[in-house]
Amino acid sequence: MTEITLGKALNAGLRKAMSDDEKVVLMGEDIGKLGGVFRITDGLLGEFGAARVIDTPLAESGIVGTAVGLAYRGYRPVVEIQFDGFVYPAFDQIVSQVAKLHFRTQGRVKMPITIRIPWAGGIGAAEHHSESPEAYFVHTAGLRVITVSNPQDAYRCLQQAIASDDPVIFFEPKRLYHHKGEVDLSASLADAPPMGVARVLREGSDATIITYGAMVSTALDAASAAEDDGLSLEVIDLRSISPVDYDTVAASVRRTGRVVVAHEASREAGVAAEVIASITERCFEYLESPPLRVTGHDIPYPPAKLEKFHLPDLDRILDAVDRVLDRPNSLTGAES
Amino acid sequence: MSPQTTPIADSTQDLELSERILAPDGTRQKNPDLDPFVADVDAEQLRALLRDMIILRRIDAEGVALQRQGQLGLWAPCQGQEAAQIGTARALDPIDFVFPSYRETGVIYARGAQPGDFVRVWRGEEGAPFDPAEMRVAPLQIIIGAQTLHAVGYAMGIKHEKAPEVAVTYFGDGATSQGDVNEAMVFAASYQAPVVFVCQNNHWAISEPVAVQSQYPIAGRAPGFGIPSLRVDGNDVLACMAAMRWALAHARAGKGPAFIEAVTYRMGPHTTSDDPTRYRDPAELEAWRTRDPIARLEAHLRASGELSDAHVAAAQADADTMAREMRAACLGMVTRDPLAVFDNVYAEPHCGIDRQRDEYAAYVSSLEEA
Ligand SMILES: Cc1ncc(C[n+]2csc(CCOP(=O)(O)OP(=O)(O)O)c2C)c(N)n1
Repeated sequence: MTEITLGKALNAGLRKAMSDDEKVVLMGEDIGKLGGVFRITDGLLGEFGAARVIDTPLAESGIVGTAVGLAYRGYRPVVEIQFDGFVYPAFDQIVSQVAKLHFRTQGRVKMPITIRIPWAGGIGAAEHHSESPEAYFVHTAGLRVITVSNPQDAYRCLQQAIASDDPVIFFEPKRLYHHKGEVDLSASLADAPPMGVARVLREGSDATIITYGAMVSTALDAASAAEDDGLSLEVIDLRSISPVDYDTVAASVRRTGRVVVAHEASREAGVAAEVIASITERCFEYLESPPLRVTGHDIPYPPAKLEKFHLPDLDRILDAVDRVLDRPNSLTGAES
Repeated sequence: MSPQTTPIADSTQDLELSERILAPDGTRQKNPDLDPFVADVDAEQLRALLRDMIILRRIDAEGVALQRQGQLGLWAPCQGQEAAQIGTARALDPIDFVFPSYRETGVIYARGAQPGDFVRVWRGEEGAPFDPAEMRVAPLQIIIGAQTLHAVGYAMGIKHEKAPEVAVTYFGDGATSQGDVNEAMVFAASYQAPVVFVCQNNHWAISEPVAVQSQYPIAGRAPGFGIPSLRVDGNDVLACMAAMRWALAHARAGKGPAFIEAVTYRMGPHTTSDDPTRYRDPAELEAWRTRDPIARLEAHLRASGELSDAHVAAAQADADTMAREMRAACLGMVTRDPLAVFDNVYAEPHCGIDRQRDEYAAYVSSLEEA
């Protein structure tokens, strides 16, 4: 076990994947000498050379589209999109090509492409640098959508994403890049849980908070705060947001009967809506109250000075917990 | 071999500004740049090219007929473009890999497509008609221009492995307006990827004339990306073959990408759903009829005494056989089981898809029981 940041864990995961399989190539803007704007590819150019750590022209559709061609030729490209808000120019290549080629060719062409996206807000960034576009990709069949909330998962899931024969959108919560945690760099992938499996991070009996990415730490903070209030909250990190591990989710909901789903992305047709609909289909009879969403507002991502009013925080999550538990809350008022 | 650079937006001028070997009446012209690339092409090879084009025209006509008879949902005719497709595709090596658009019937024919392969996608049976690895052709691309990037990425792989192959991509004049085609040229030039871009300028992108896409000869753009280009008469099969051999030799020699603009004309509608009489002057069509690529090669061969009626009759008979086999393959297609819609969405097991398949399987079997 070593204590490293999530960013360093990703760097170690990339290095491991590249050493294990020479077909793994990295592509992206500024990923070579600079090591990426977040330094996730730091040092890899020197170790693996310019043919495998490819500094690309500034063209997102070009990056993903040429990755498709490399995949046709048996490579496993790992693409870095510099920031979440810059993936849109590549959207066509991702949803029309990357996601569909295996299906269109009756399985003859594989697209083992990993698209890494520094993702979501909370770092006071400029416009287009704090977006949560996951629902677009979750809605696209043929893609897997993964995110991580701690260095150990970052190290493991990134390698699993690269090893997967399916294309993976890999969201890296940039707010957590500098968060430290214990990582077992020597653990074998064969013994690890698959990247699609959700994890119960904290057990509880009164309600389940379901979330992913940077919001996991907010949810854990909320659960600690609630404990002081005598409440026992379960916290689930989905890890995979497409497909969702509903076995783990439903097992929890059947025990607690109350659900809050939290994410930074805006609400309408978001991941929380999908998760709640699926919970309702699976375990309606176990629910003690309507599941609730705590999400970003349905607005364009606000300027940095206002983002704290947009992002779900500990208090908004606790308010929703109060509502699913029918305790005094923002709707009923403290007196009721 | 630099392209002409006079800004033009007019199809008659267009034609005079392209390289050719065979004049429209079939006379062989001297072309010091192109001639060396086809010096070895003898009468027998020319007859084979003619046969290819005759068969292709028949495949195309059969595709239209099958669509009109309700057997295909759609067909994208390539009549008029036989020389551009056959001439370039017959220059390829078996190891080269092609990334085509939906109109490249002649290219997939030249790569060995089987009769059913021409119609399987248009009939709606499958997403891709053949094994890309076996035929070394990617599935037909409908998203305009997207395949050009795939070719470049593939070529980056070739270069990385120092392999002798070349990636080739086909697209139309309309596609040159797309960001992807421009991004593809940037990537290709930056990495000196062994890729050949083949633009079939057939003068129309559905109803939009080429002048809406470009006020400059399309081949003239490539040098701006650092890619040498050639603008050839796309109805001259020899010129198309020579240009492709030039481009392939260039790429194979490690000199990076090359670009060909084949100036041709789409004689029929854009697809069987299109009505070109709404936007196209009949006089333009008639003018292009005099430049027919098949008639041109036939005239050339007859004038040099290398073609008999028996040769032509044999090619026609082969074309008829192809059409019959295509029709039989089409009518004989059996649609897959309903649960096939869930197949191959993912390469690895996927709990979401597995669950939906199970639910739908239960539903389908409940209908069968009822
Ligand atoms: C991205 C995209 N936009 C629009 C279309 C609809 N569309 C299909 S073919 C076509 C015209 C293409 O013209 P061109 O590139 O010249 O090729 P041609 O069909 O003439 O061979 C259009 C607009 C499409 N398939 N893809």
